Amino acid sequence: MKNLNLAAIASLLVLAVSPIMYSLNANAADKETVNSVATLRDATPIDVQKEPNIIPKVINKDIKQGRNYPMQPPVIPHTTRSYEVNKNNNKCMSCHSRHRTEKSQAPMVSVTHYMDRDGNFLAEVSPRRYFCNQCHVTQLDAEPLVENTFVDMHTLMKQKTTSAKEH
Amino acid sequence: MKNILMIGWRTLTKPSGYYSLGVLVIGGFIAGIIFWGGFNTALEVTNTEKFCISCHEMENNVYEELKTTIHFSNRSGVRATCPDCHVPHNWTDKIARKMKASKEVWGAIFGTINTREKFLVHRKRLAQNEWERLKANDSLECRNCHNFDYMDFTEQSERASYQHSTALASGEKTCIDCHKGIAHQLPDMKGVEGW
Repeated sequence: MKNLNLAAIASLLVLAVSPIMYSLNANAADKETVNSVATLRDATPIDVQKEPNIIPKVINKDIKQGRNYPMQPPVIPHTTRSYEVNKNNNKCMSCHSRHRTEKSQAPMVSVTHYMDRDGNFLAEVSPRRYFCNQCHVTQLDAEPLVENTFVDMHTLMKQKTTSAKEH
Repeated sequence: MKNILMIGWRTLTKPSGYYSLGVLVIGGFIAGIIFWGGFNTALEVTNTEKFCISCHEMENNVYEELKTTIHFSNRSGVRATCPDCHVPHNWTDKIARKMKASKEVWGAIFGTINTREKFLVHRKRLAQNEWERLKANDSLECRNCHNFDYMDFTEQSERASYQHSTALASGEKTCIDCHKGIAHQLPDMKGVEGW
């Protein structure tokens, strides 16, 4: 009977302690992964002010950049410093709207921007699409901080067909 | 009252019976220098950024907006202050502009734009005044610093060099036609050409 009691206590103890041990392990693992991720601070000790990185320049070549996937909003290939997009004005539209593209030779905003969420066409750019920078952004002349392993659909399909041919 | 005026007039029209011609000529010359110098000094004082933003209308609205733009802080450390763009550098034009500016003193006294809301209501009209002025003098105040003849198109972006070498070079457009809102925020641009 005594042995049984001891066994019960021991098993309870194990049950109680194991989650703590587990969480401790998990914390340790988290810390390692956190430290291995490249941050803007570059593992500078917390009590030291890091020398700030050089601010990269905005790419201003006016050459269209490819899209990584079909539905990606195209990126802006020019600077947009002090372009006002607010209640009064939308500077982007002074080149990219339908009646300005002939003069500016800029790509016209697509018709989807004139649709409300029910698919009805409006006379002006839909309010939900008004703020260009919510989707379209300028690009910086900088190396990515974290490697991007994204593979797009077409590459995947190509891989699939080549591997199918091999078999 | 009439007698006093008459005495004054007779004194001015009669030849001097007391001062020598030399004193009058040299004294007049020196007084002229003092008055003219004083006038020009006072004029130059009204041509400083400090003077402009001594009115809160200017300090809290347009000056705050200028602070975020490239004409305030930039890589080469050259700053355009209020009079650089808003007052002609040429003397006669400057005096003409200063006389027009007396209306702005009126506005300051009677508080035409003494709140942000009032300023925003008047913003389009005020902006249009400046656009018209710059359009009429072929953006003279821009050209005081930005000289077309010294522009290096190869240093400009492709779009900029295209527009500058065609529309600007032919005189079809002037700086302000495209570069609106470069130093202050824009009003509602509905109906403005090119928007």
